[in-house]
Amino acid sequence: MQSLSKVWLFCVLLFVSSVASANLTIEITRGSDQALPIGVVPFAGSEGMPEDIAQIVQDDLERSGYFAPLARSAMFEQPSQSGNVQFGTWRSLDVRYLVVGRAEQTAGGFELQFELMDISGQRRMIGETVTVRGNDLRGAAHYISDQIFEEITGIRGAFSTKIAYVTAQGVGDNMQFGLYVADADGRRSEQVLTSNEPIMSPSWSPDGTKLAYVSFETERPAIYIQDVATGQRVMATSFDGINGAPAWSPEGRRIAMSLSKDGQPEIYIMDVANRSVERITNNSSIDTEPAWSPDGQSLLFTSDRSGGPQLYQYSMASGEEKRLTFTGNYNARGRYSPDGEQIFLIHHSGRGYQVAKQDLSNDRLVVLSESTRDESPSVAPNGTMVIFATQQGNSGVLSAVSADGRSSFRLPSAQGDVRDPAWSPFLN
Amino acid sequence: MQLKPLARSLAAALSIVVIAGCSSTGGTQDGDSYGSQNGTTTGSSTAGTGTGSQYGSTTGSGSGSGAGYGQQADSRIPEVRTIYFDYDRDTIKSEYESVVMAHARYLRANPNAQVVLHGHTDERGTREYNMALGERRAGSVERFLNIQGVSSAQMSVVSYGEERPAVNGQGESAYSQNRRVVFNY
Repeated sequence: MQSLSKVWLFCVLLFVSSVASANLTIEITRGSDQALPIGVVPFAGSEGMPEDIAQIVQDDLERSGYFAPLARSAMFEQPSQSGNVQFGTWRSLDVRYLVVGRAEQTAGGFELQFELMDISGQRRMIGETVTVRGNDLRGAAHYISDQIFEEITGIRGAFSTKIAYVTAQGVGDNMQFGLYVADADGRRSEQVLTSNEPIMSPSWSPDGTKLAYVSFETERPAIYIQDVATGQRVMATSFDGINGAPAWSPEGRRIAMSLSKDGQPEIYIMDVANRSVERITNNSSIDTEPAWSPDGQSLLFTSDRSGGPQLYQYSMASGEEKRLTFTGNYNARGRYSPDGEQIFLIHHSGRGYQVAKQDLSNDRLVVLSESTRDESPSVAPNGTMVIFATQQGNSGVLSAVSADGRSSFRLPSAQGDVRDPAWSPFLN
Repeated sequence: MQLKPLARSLAAALSIVVIAGCSSTGGTQDGDSYGSQNGTTTGSSTAGTGTGSQYGSTTGSGSGSGAGYGQQADSRIPEVRTIYFDYDRDTIKSEYESVVMAHARYLRANPNAQVVLHGHTDERGTREYNMALGERRAGSVERFLNIQGVSSAQMSVVSYGEERPAVNGQGESAYSQNRRVVFNY
């Protein structure tokens, strides 16, 4: 059997504040009844290594909602290469796919080998040798998860992506805010900014190197652009009134935002290179929360021009504004799916504020979340999950639901409120 | 975790004692007028009302302190500096008109005084949309003051949306204390 050899590039991310905070943890809150049974056997030779690679892969696959991993305790054989896999054994455990592998410490880091087996087809699907420079075993494990996920589902894996989010502690005038970037599983969080004043609405540049966000550190809102790796940042806008809801355009040269410098909040587009702003909307109501369609041809935004908040779509070509949502009296903070065919939004139903999805071809709206105090939906770059902020008891937590609503998980934080998540683009 | 209101003296003490923030961040706290506290150890130690020099009392009914406005009263910043709003409304309720009037008198009598009107909402709904609603509330107070003869140059508006609740928790008792405009001098 032939094994692909590939150097997995290890990237050191440098942050201004390099001290990591307490991590977010994962709780699966709903499993899909259509999840595929898979076994991820512990990697031979990984005992004593700083990370349990197979466990990370297994957790990634389970979190996606597409897979139902077999418990380790049920694995009475633990093969480490495809030649030793007894298909009958795994078939009797109702496993459809099996991941086996081994790990070895090398002079410069680690070498991991994994193979993915189709149990019912009795064949090896893929295999790869992953070279890890340094100790980035978590990054390598997420890379392996990406390969397995794509091989089986045909959908690009998003396990190597990041999430940005905001934390808050305290109340009233005594509050502390933080902006963090963590792995998509909530681990390895890194502080980007702390402030005694609110931080809001992080938005990733399409190349994943920068964040635009709102900070009140001058005791009024301003939009900043910060390089995530170096920490270097600039104040992009600081007009009178609201400077809010920055949204990076797909090609990276423009940022849509909401500014109230001319009265009530309107949608503007800023040219990132020269910071000039062009006004898009023009009426006496609130216009905010812009989002770009993946092709850059439309802007989705919230407006209360009909009396309450509803979603509208602005066409770059024609300048026309078209109302998209008609179900219920509160639909806000829309985001497009990566294929542009659906929007995810906050919908006020009889139960509360929930994450919903609307199909743009038939305008059908479906509520996805079971929680009722939801905010800030952000879509994974492969479109399979939506992360959002919600409340658990009196704490703000991040939660995620699959785009089909079948599975969900929560990312509780040990301390304070967590909110305003932004899922990064693909980073590799 | 319900937050208890705290004695004013303790709140004042907290505002000058800067306790380190979350244990593992070691963030940059520049210790300005805002104290910061560790919410993980004692959730009950957070003051619900304004503290320190910037913020006056935000409790009590607005009408009580309005007694005896005169030349002397207009030389002092009115004590009541917070007014509250109904859900999804930016109209100044009649019970708070006397409060706003007292600030109008003070600002007219003290043309060098500057006020920043902070608009706030409760936590329901989306953050940036609430930012806009908070601005509407503060803007309606600004217009009221303007009609009462206060110069626009003395006033500015900053909306905090739902970002700085006065009280944590869910339910109308918390929400009603968070839908507010605060006069900051």
